[in-house]
Amino acid sequence: MSAGSASERRRHPGLNLHESDAHPSDGEVVFGFWVFMMSDAVLFALLFAVYASLGANTAGGPGPRDVFELDPAAMETLLLLSSFTFGIASLAMKYRRGMALLQGMLATTLLLGLGFLGLEVHDFVGMEDTGALPQVSAFLSAFYVLVPTHFLHVSLGCVWIVVMMVQLRMSGLDRITRTRLLRLGLFWHFLDIVWVMIFSFVFLRGLL
Amino acid sequence: MRIEALAGPWLGRLSLSALPTDSPVAMGAALVAVFGALGVAGYITGKGKWRYLWREWFTSVDHKRIGIMYVVLALVMLARAVIEALVMRLQQADAVNRSGFISAEHFGQLFSTHGSIMIFFMAMPFLTGVINYVMPLQIGARDVSFPVLNSISLMLTAAGAALVMISLVLAPFSTGGWSGYAPFTELRFSPGVGVDYWIWAVTLSSIGSTLTGINFAVTIYKKRAPGMHLFRMPLFCWTALCTSILMIFAMPALTVATALLALDRYLGMHFFTSGGGGNMMVYANLFWLFGHPEVYIVVLPSFGVFSELFSTFSAKKLYGYTSLVLATMTIAVLSFTVWLHHFFTMGQSAHINAAFGIATMLIGIPTGVKVYDWILTMFRGRVRFTTPLLWGLAFLVTFVIGGLSGILLAIPPVDFLVHNTTFLVAHFHNMLIPGTLFGMIAAYQFWFPKAFGFRLEERWGRVAFGCWVIGFYLAFMPLYVLGLEGMPRRSAEVFDEAFRPWLLVAAGGAVLIVLGMAALALQLAMSIRHRDRNRVRAGDPWDGRSLEWSTSSPPPEYNFAKLPEVQGRDAFWTMKRSGRAYPPLERYAPIMLPENSAIGPLLGALGLATAFGLVWRIGWMAGLGTAGALVAVIGWSFVRRPGRTVDERQVERTETRWHAVLVAAVPVSREHECDPRNRGLADVAA
Amino acid sequence: MGGDGGFRRELRDYVVGLVLALGLSGAAFALVAWAPWSARTTLGVVAALAVLQLVAHFRCFLHIDLKQSHRDDLQLILFTAAIIGLMVAGSLWIILNQNRRMM
Repeated sequence: MSAGSASERRRHPGLNLHESDAHPSDGEVVFGFWVFMMSDAVLFALLFAVYASLGANTAGGPGPRDVFELDPAAMETLLLLSSFTFGIASLAMKYRRGMALLQGMLATTLLLGLGFLGLEVHDFVGMEDTGALPQVSAFLSAFYVLVPTHFLHVSLGCVWIVVMMVQLRMSGLDRITRTRLLRLGLFWHFLDIVWVMIFSFVFLRGLL
Repeated sequence: MRIEALAGPWLGRLSLSALPTDSPVAMGAALVAVFGALGVAGYITGKGKWRYLWREWFTSVDHKRIGIMYVVLALVMLARAVIEALVMRLQQADAVNRSGFISAEHFGQLFSTHGSIMIFFMAMPFLTGVINYVMPLQIGARDVSFPVLNSISLMLTAAGAALVMISLVLAPFSTGGWSGYAPFTELRFSPGVGVDYWIWAVTLSSIGSTLTGINFAVTIYKKRAPGMHLFRMPLFCWTALCTSILMIFAMPALTVATALLALDRYLGMHFFTSGGGGNMMVYANLFWLFGHPEVYIVVLPSFGVFSELFSTFSAKKLYGYTSLVLATMTIAVLSFTVWLHHFFTMGQSAHINAAFGIATMLIGIPTGVKVYDWILTMFRGRVRFTTPLLWGLAFLVTFVIGGLSGILLAIPPVDFLVHNTTFLVAHFHNMLIPGTLFGMIAAYQFWFPKAFGFRLEERWGRVAFGCWVIGFYLAFMPLYVLGLEGMPRRSAEVFDEAFRPWLLVAAGGAVLIVLGMAALALQLAMSIRHRDRNRVRAGDPWDGRSLEWSTSSPPPEYNFAKLPEVQGRDAFWTMKRSGRAYPPLERYAPIMLPENSAIGPLLGALGLATAFGLVWRIGWMAGLGTAGALVAVIGWSFVRRPGRTVDERQVERTETRWHAVLVAAVPVSREHECDPRNRGLADVAA
Repeated sequence: MGGDGGFRRELRDYVVGLVLALGLSGAAFALVAWAPWSARTTLGVVAALAVLQLVAHFRCFLHIDLKQSHRDDLQLILFTAAIIGLMVAGSLWIILNQNRRMM
């Protein structure tokens, strides 16, 4: 497979640009972003450790079973499968399937992301209506730091998508926008993985 | 007070009562800070240098300039923290069975600022500065991977340092020590703004350090010159790499610890509080998950510096290069497995203490390997006892003593006995002063001629060395004795007459150390005055071994007119021996360099505003600072900067000028390297 | 240009990733919703599913695999995993032990 072997040659781990678009220094930028993400992963891991350490300390307040619900968590999981739509956007960029497809897929990803954020806000407000405030207990404090930190990351990701959509309109696909989209893709997929950990070890574990 | 009433809504909790008017010592310190800052600002204005500083330094993204600014920041903060140490030593010597000349509250602030500054605003900027300056030159690169990010890191660190300096005037600072242990630092026990100063200063610096770690690691992975394989890098680059990796993975733990503490304090959450299900042990655990790797973050670069020194001044290749590299990596990984030894007494089961105690002792093995390698590097070498090397020798002896007391502390039952005594204080100063500070001062003495084109005066360097080393032993050996006798650390007053003689000796040692600082300042002043006598523009005053010595002193902004081709270890040394060290002038290609950028200083200022607003609960300031930073970053991403080209004629002019210096310089043999004959060209035959 | 072959093959990766993600998350949610097993067993299975999904995302969305030429870059991820393992496992070992001893 001659076509295959050309794109098999990777300059850096994970997502790559097409061979004909790649620039030698792209590897540096993307690798730097990987290192940043790994640092961020340690941050999330520690927040999980804090949650696991304090999760049982409900201090007489509501516990996980009182505040978590299965359906919203499942809905949010579906929305974060926008990893797939972002993947199509990456392919549209890599194989030059037109700006319309690229922008359309970015917009779809953005909408799914915003939907996720909206649902989460709805959840938080609902929890607070039942008196499950972060000040009530260590368990709730830990919950309100772990999940909103992910929320904050997704919000920044959404801002980043908007910025990229504007920059794509302004200057099209060039070296800078390409590597930025590449990094944004890494970021988005990474957030999806963090969410998998959150629904498994926070929501599902709490509802057992 | 009417002013306070007016200030209320706009200035949060800030009012005139923040001025430390109640204590003459604190007021004096505040006045020194204010007049010092005004004096420097006035001097710059008088000389009309603001524009120059802004254009050539503050907005510069050149790794060499950023490195120098980091070191300047570190030296300023070192001066403050050393003086604080002297005040504390004098207080303890004075306050035996009576109250001393400062209050317990003030004493608490002193040990908190001393520790926080020494770690976050002295050791970290110093090593970051040295790595910044030296590492890209050593691997044959033109800059770090992300020059603008480098500037941002610097400015965030400087903003954190500025916040600590501001706390001198708009007091008080935290009394919770450099580790800020909860629940003491919770709102209930520390209701003032002191802990908030500590939290945000440390947070600014830890963000800067994380970014720096990423930057350095990527630079070393991706920007090495052709032929510079990882196992051909100078050892300093290896230690820089391991330190960067530790920064990347350990800093998040500090960020989490301080962020959760802040949430407790600002939003009333219950992470480390005494009630509401909080658990202060989670804080200790998080803090030392960062804190132990941090110890190696600040020690490893010095190991690298000493490796360079021993080899250069013994005119021998480094003994056991591979074992040194492996030992460095082993230490870096092991440093993630020992954090519990900082809280053996916290109440977990004995088997856990045992496991972490054994892991701690294991670190002694790679460190021992290193010590033997360094000794064997000097063995049968023609050792030249220049000032930088003297610091190295003092390090070897002193560090081993400190390491031995560390092995004692690694045994949990022993730790239970001396826990929270001055024995511990003696131990970690015995590691960090030789292991970090001596290394950094040696680096400063060793690479100063590279950065500025003239050597530092040897004589004052030796005086400084003598004061520091003797002062160190006098100041800290008594603390081992006092600790074994049961004197608690961080005591503003002591109540045992038997402690007095030891405390007096320790105070004498502190005086000597301050004299050592003064001697360093004098050395710098004298060297600047007599710089013509000590010029080494040709660039190689010590018969150096690695690539940074193959450039002129100071190096051109692009470092290398042509990227070097590396054939093996000790690249420049072998080039000199085979006559390829100084290639003839040729046709040069234009060189692309990044443009200066104001985003670094801007983000630093916005970070400082945010932090200051948060400390004093000035909502609008914190909000504007955060929003401003977000807007600045997004706005900056829209600016397209093609970079700046140094054209071939300019490169040729610079290179020609340097070649003229090289031709005029007389090669100097090693016996004469410390006298004015040394113009920076080594006599290779000698 | 790499042509259609590359595009289709990579598209297949993403589709496989999507199917795996849906299946694995769906299975985890279903287990908790219908609770056929004891809580302990379910938790173990949910954790295993989470790890599988982690691997699936890395493989299909982030395109990390084991047969790369750039092994030193892959090492970064493995090293991170090791450090995270050390930190999290160590912290839980210590804190849960302390919790038990305070009972």
